[in-house]
Amino acid sequence: MDFLRPASWEEVLAAKAEHPTAVPIAGGTDVMVEINFDHRRPEYLLDLNRVGELGEWEVGEESVRLGASVPYTAVMENLRGELPGLALASHTVASPQIRNRGGVGGNLGTASPAGDAHPALLAAGAEVEVESVRGSRLIPIDDFYTGVKRNALAADELIRAVHVRKADGPQQYSKVGTRNAMVIAVCAFGLALHPDTRTVRTGIGSAAPTPVRARTAEEFLNAALDEGGFWDNGRIITPSVAKQFAELCAAACNPIDDVRGTASYRRHAVGVMARRTLTWTWESYRGTDGRAHRKGSVA
Amino acid sequence: MRVNFTVNGRRQEADDVWEGESLLYVLRERLGLPGSKNACEQGECGSCTVRLDGVPVCSCLVAAGQVEGREVVTVEGLADYAKQRAAQGGCAPGACGGPSPDGARAEDGTSVRDAQDWSARGTDSQTGEGTELSPIQQAFIDAGAVQCGFCTPGLLVAADEMLERNPTPTDADIREALSGNLCRCTGYEKIMDAVRLAAARQGEVV
Ligand SMILES: Cc1cc2nc3c(=O)[nH]c(=O)nc-3n(C[C@H](O)[C@H](O)[C@H](O)COP(=O)(O)OP(=O)(O)OC[C@H]3O[C@@H](n4cnc5c(N)ncnc54)[C@H](O)[C@@H]3O)c2cc1C
Ligand code: FES
Ligand code: FES
Repeated sequence: MDFLRPASWEEVLAAKAEHPTAVPIAGGTDVMVEINFDHRRPEYLLDLNRVGELGEWEVGEESVRLGASVPYTAVMENLRGELPGLALASHTVASPQIRNRGGVGGNLGTASPAGDAHPALLAAGAEVEVESVRGSRLIPIDDFYTGVKRNALAADELIRAVHVRKADGPQQYSKVGTRNAMVIAVCAFGLALHPDTRTVRTGIGSAAPTPVRARTAEEFLNAALDEGGFWDNGRIITPSVAKQFAELCAAACNPIDDVRGTASYRRHAVGVMARRTLTWTWESYRGTDGRAHRKGSVA
Repeated sequence: MRVNFTVNGRRQEADDVWEGESLLYVLRERLGLPGSKNACEQGECGSCTVRLDGVPVCSCLVAAGQVEGREVVTVEGLADYAKQRAAQGGCAPGACGGPSPDGARAEDGTSVRDAQDWSARGTDSQTGEGTELSPIQQAFIDAGAVQCGFCTPGLLVAADEMLERNPTPTDADIREALSGNLCRCTGYEKIMDAVRLAAARQGEVV
């Protein structure tokens, strides 16, 4: 094994081009487990820790450009306002020690269906900035997950940053597990209200081969909110609308039975989380956040 | 490969390090510092917790090559670390934007020899009297928070870091800060007592 320690992003790209089998290591919280247990013996480890810019973020007009190695702790502590869904999801990851090292770039690199960043990114709307010596491109988050633990990166490409759309309304993240800390999601659900476009976006974790959005459920809800004038009148969500939204979210799952839970439990739990996160975010929209967006009266 | 880094305030050099090796392995097997424990090697138990540039991490998940030029504090250096922090009015070396490890002088910190020989025995093995302990270590002894002791080093490093950041933690803060550290013996109540005790004593001094 060789340990490559490039000092700049350009050198990282050059090293990856020269050694396409090199395994990047950022926080190491996925990679080192595999090495410690002999599940992986890469020819080259490509250390990203020396590239300072990967640990930085910039808050722009429309989005936050989050460096690939920004640890979860920094997201929780600094970006709660701009990226509430991702901050909540980050807080559910493992433990303080893991959150101090692991980050969104590594989560996307592993692309596990159970990764906690994914539902939050899908719900908020995001693009992954990837680069190789051949050039740079932005991959919409909806096209990023291509299979179980597979992503859209080419062999010579690396993630430089993730551009996450800044919240324009309330966002929530919910996760089912046996305890609060150190739990891989049995299943998880992210939801973001987007009052600016009058749309709702979702993300489901650990209930399909890849993280997915519940598109049919989103379309149903967008139409129902529109028809009922909900965005303007700020009325409570009709229970029947919430119920159908929850059922459609459960139907968007394609789960398996495994040690953490059965497929039918996952479907059920996703429905419950969908209803709850919709209620939480909508209540928050009706209350404080929504006032600015609404003209009508509160029901 | 060779790895140069600072451990407990002193420059160290580890030789013949395998490229896939963890920081935990380097500390225990190459530098002879077995204070950081190896229980799971997968980040679940926290018994290998050390500070890397001031930040608590699982040393089993840090690749040895990643610590080149960086600063590590292990439980063996905790007493000195706490002493220096107290002398500097709450900020430990390297933390809170303090002096960087590059400024480490040979006489500062804990030598690897001293760290290897470190023992809590002193004149009284029960109370640790006669040895220099950090306040958090003393509090663990006084509160009876140590049974088999396997989880203790990781808990001490994690708890000490929390008290540095947050001198007046609530119970929820303590539970959150220690949520990455498993203990199979104590049921955690005595550990909670120990951290509360250390916080209270810290408050009295200030
Ligand atoms: C005890 C424990 C508990 C955990 N709990 C959770 C949890 O609750 N939720 C959760 O989502 N995850 C969890 N994880 C998994 C892990 O912490 C996350 O996936 C984390 O986001 C990985 O980030 P990292 O920087 O440590 O990645 P690394 O281990 O460094 O890398 C992960 C993968 O991404 C690749 N990679 C890293 N950076 C880049 C880049 N810039 N470009 C391209 N590829 C890259 C690596 O080659 C590797 O394949 C847990 C892990 C442990 C050990
Ligand atoms: S040995 Fe590192 S967390 Fe258990
Ligand atoms: S005292 Fe035995 S594991 Fe904690």
